[in-house]
Amino acid sequence: MTMLHTVNKSPYQKNSLDTCLRLAKEGSTILLIEDGVYAALKGSGMSSKVEEAMKKFTFCALGPDVEARGIQDKMIDGIKMVDYTGFVDLAADSTCVQSWL
Amino acid sequence: MTDEMMEEGGTVKKLMYVCRTAPYGTIYALEALEVVLIGAAFEQDVCLVFTDDGVFEIMKGQKTDDIGMKNFSPTYRALEMYDVEKLYVEKEAMEQRGLGEDDFNVDVEVKSAAEIQALMEEMDIVLNY
Amino acid sequence: MKFSIAVHEGPYTHEAADSAYNFVTAALEKGHEIFRVFFYHDGVNNGTRFTTPPQDDRNIVNRWSELADKHGIDLVVCVAAAQRRGIVDPDEAKRNSKDGDNIAPGFRISGLGQLIEACIQSDRHLTFGD
Repeated sequence: MTMLHTVNKSPYQKNSLDTCLRLAKEGSTILLIEDGVYAALKGSGMSSKVEEAMKKFTFCALGPDVEARGIQDKMIDGIKMVDYTGFVDLAADSTCVQSWL
Repeated sequence: MTDEMMEEGGTVKKLMYVCRTAPYGTIYALEALEVVLIGAAFEQDVCLVFTDDGVFEIMKGQKTDDIGMKNFSPTYRALEMYDVEKLYVEKEAMEQRGLGEDDFNVDVEVKSAAEIQALMEEMDIVLNY
Repeated sequence: MKFSIAVHEGPYTHEAADSAYNFVTAALEKGHEIFRVFFYHDGVNNGTRFTTPPQDDRNIVNRWSELADKHGIDLVVCVAAAQRRGIVDPDEAKRNSKDGDNIAPGFRISGLGQLIEACIQSDRHLTFGD
């Protein structure tokens, strides 16, 4: 089992994702929630960084937050969409949850 | 702590506070410190990591008279009396902000991101402020 | 599995209270236990019954109260954070000579120790906030 990291900030607003990527151990799961989902935008200023990070981490995004923001058709390929039940499962299956704010 | 918990005893968890917010601009750093102080009574295996703007919490020379707020930076020095002794500063965050070990008002151990990564992985609980 | 949750932001301004609520209801549906929801920082504003959102909007405070009523979930508002922000129960009102209280049903005011205790007693702890 590995840690679950949640990131709820847009990478254009705050460095939470950067710090998470720096301090999370390889193999961990990163779940983008709330404004954090904007990091998953295809063809964005962040996409090459996220695509590179996807080699080290499993990336998920919270579907309800993605759809609320209208970016469901613009997501980087390979980011797994989960609903709240999936979020609960990810938390239960982790060793510990670090909520990057 | 309730008597019941004391009797149950034995539950010592590894708890990391990740301090990422600068003081005064928002209340998060101050209220995080309050959590650490109260949490000390539970005698868990506690450490604090100062990273991102959290490294500014322990800057030397804070003078708050002219903003009318309480300077709470000396309280970090008191943590030792509460047996909260493991204070780490993330090297990358510190250097990014042009700071060095001499800029802090409390004894800290500077650790690389890789070292903090390994440490975080051992935790039972991580609280982010 | 036992979860504990911290909510760091008030209702309506930040999505934190909604995310926390959605997580809690999903966890309950999966048969998990919510040991406690602890409200800290501006999160204490989730616990005022004076909240009056527009009719067509969700009532975040009532939603918490209903959850406490239905599932017996322990909703704890941090006393120090609450005092700063004017959230009071009858006891606190008396102790601090206030002319009324505003705590919502199902919430109780208690100390920060309740957060640490929740972390220790639960299998997983999550924070929702800014």
